[in-house]
Amino acid sequence: MNAAAIPSHILSELQWRQEHDVEMLGTGLHELDAAIEGCPRGRITAISGPVSSGRTSLLHSILAEASRLGEYCAVIDTMNSFDPASASEAGVNLGRILWIRCGGHPDHAIKAADLLAHAGGFGLIALDLCEAPARLTRHIPISWWYRFRRAIENTPTVFIVLETEPSAKGCASLFLEMKRDHTEFTGTRPFQYLDRAQFQAMPRKPMRPTPSRFEAHALR
Amino acid sequence: MYAAIYIPSAGPRECAELAEVAKTFSPLVEHSGAGAVILPVAPLRKLIGPPHQIASEISRRSAERGLTGNIGIASNPDTALLAARNLPGITIIPRGAESKYIGHFRIETLPIDPATYQTLEGWGIRTLEDFSVLPDDGILERLGPAAAYLQQLARGTSDRPLKPAPLDVPYEGRFELEHEVALLEPLLFILSRLMNELTARLESQSMATAALRVQLDLASKQLFHRELQLPFPTRDAKMMLKLLQLELEAHPPPAPVVAVTLALTPVEPRIVQHSLYVPPSPEPEKLELTLTKIRGMVGAANAGSPRLLDTHRPGAWALGPLESVVARTPLPGKPRLAFRYFSPVLQARVELRNERPARIFAQTVYGNVLEAAGPWRTSGDWWTLDPWDRDDWDIGLNNGGLYRIYLKRPAEAWFIEGAYD
Repeated sequence: MNAAAIPSHILSELQWRQEHDVEMLGTGLHELDAAIEGCPRGRITAISGPVSSGRTSLLHSILAEASRLGEYCAVIDTMNSFDPASASEAGVNLGRILWIRCGGHPDHAIKAADLLAHAGGFGLIALDLCEAPARLTRHIPISWWYRFRRAIENTPTVFIVLETEPSAKGCASLFLEMKRDHTEFTGTRPFQYLDRAQFQAMPRKPMRPTPSRFEAHALR
Repeated sequence: MYAAIYIPSAGPRECAELAEVAKTFSPLVEHSGAGAVILPVAPLRKLIGPPHQIASEISRRSAERGLTGNIGIASNPDTALLAARNLPGITIIPRGAESKYIGHFRIETLPIDPATYQTLEGWGIRTLEDFSVLPDDGILERLGPAAAYLQQLARGTSDRPLKPAPLDVPYEGRFELEHEVALLEPLLFILSRLMNELTARLESQSMATAALRVQLDLASKQLFHRELQLPFPTRDAKMMLKLLQLELEAHPPPAPVVAVTLALTPVEPRIVQHSLYVPPSPEPEKLELTLTKIRGMVGAANAGSPRLLDTHRPGAWALGPLESVVARTPLPGKPRLAFRYFSPVLQARVELRNERPARIFAQTVYGNVLEAAGPWRTSGDWWTLDPWDRDDWDIGLNNGGLYRIYLKRPAEAWFIEGAYD
């Protein structure tokens, strides 16, 4: 299509979007930041993977980074699974965290996320849909994701969706697929303890050829 | 121009009488400790005359009530008070001549903290004049802004505004209805009128409110109370009305309403100075409205900022309000393995081999145990009705999951508490 055929007000908007640099929030993980530069502000980031794939460790690291910058963060916890103790150990400043426990109701979580996204002022909003029944998350209308995307557009808010199966679909600007490489139990039987786990984050959107790896150390 | 009246060794009766005397001259009266009041007298010049006549009139009215004390008149409240506290009789200090009158006062006459006093004494500073000639920047740098303010007092150049005691304005309104109201909308109309009246009163007194109380007289001869505690002082009528609406929607009165009483608790308003270098935060009014809506959906106990409790009990936390000033937390050197709770915990059947978990079966989690670390025995709160006593295991299953399971003692029941993720 010839650019001259596009109305000037639409063209200027498109040009602005091309020229405008998206601000990023670091993940606190050097290798991942080197690959994707961090989580884009004003955009949706989807982190997806099975249980024990490092989704929550990555989220805690991003929360720690945001709260270190003095930003307020909201964690919308669909299944009441957030552990403040391990978040605090990861460096998250709990005084800056607003925790919404939705008691297993994804519809409440979606509405709470919508209210918070429209209230504004949060540096990070994390919608945790992990362990929510797939039959419910699959039926979240795609219009909600467009609504979230529109609500945070032109704001400094990072909107993170934590999920087992990808559900934010095309609305996410950054999509990370998580996987666990290996786990290390240290010591000799019977005196063993869980020492660390190595995870890999594969950027699927924008696509990167190699995954970024990071190690997370157990608390004990 | 301000006048300070000081009655040495005044008792409660004298203080009350003094306040009454001051109120006959001005509605704006600052109570500055026992037996001392400050009031503006500049408006009295046209009514009474020059300062010495004003002082005489104050002295005469005080004497009528049996009060004898000192009167100081100066260009600012602090100097007037210093003069009244330390000079007998009537003292009128012309503007610009403050140091001449108060310069010889001992340094102890200032409201000085012991540490600063010791420092100044160590420097050989004995009088206000000695203190006032010290360089401003040096005092600010060495002793901080509080000492810089004290130096202004010593020079008689402090320029703080008067802090008058709040007037006895009732922040309560009542509306008797001609007909019973059973719907929320007309009730909100009444509440809106009361709210606007009360917030206008707050504004006229430079006050705000942090709590509002509604009493509804019901047609069933009962009283229905609702109380809202706001996390910040405000006088935004629209926002408070919306909060009331949400509250009454969540807890509607059980019968039609015949009278409405609304009361606001007055507090000092919030003064916030935003910084260019501080990241944006949610607007308190908007956040409170949003949180009220969310709490209406998920329950009041399920939204807030987490606080870790001082106990070893697993999963011990409480929810509180978001903090506006938070101490920085140092980041750990390396990423930490996060934990996710299963809510509720999953009851499991565990097969042991050599006293270690070998296979596990629960509703949604099952498989062979490839790795197991434990047991970690913890117990506590045995002196309460809710003790805990358990053996924790970290296990890796062949399905790829890393879980924390525990054996609850002494019932010997296994549970899956959550997963490492």
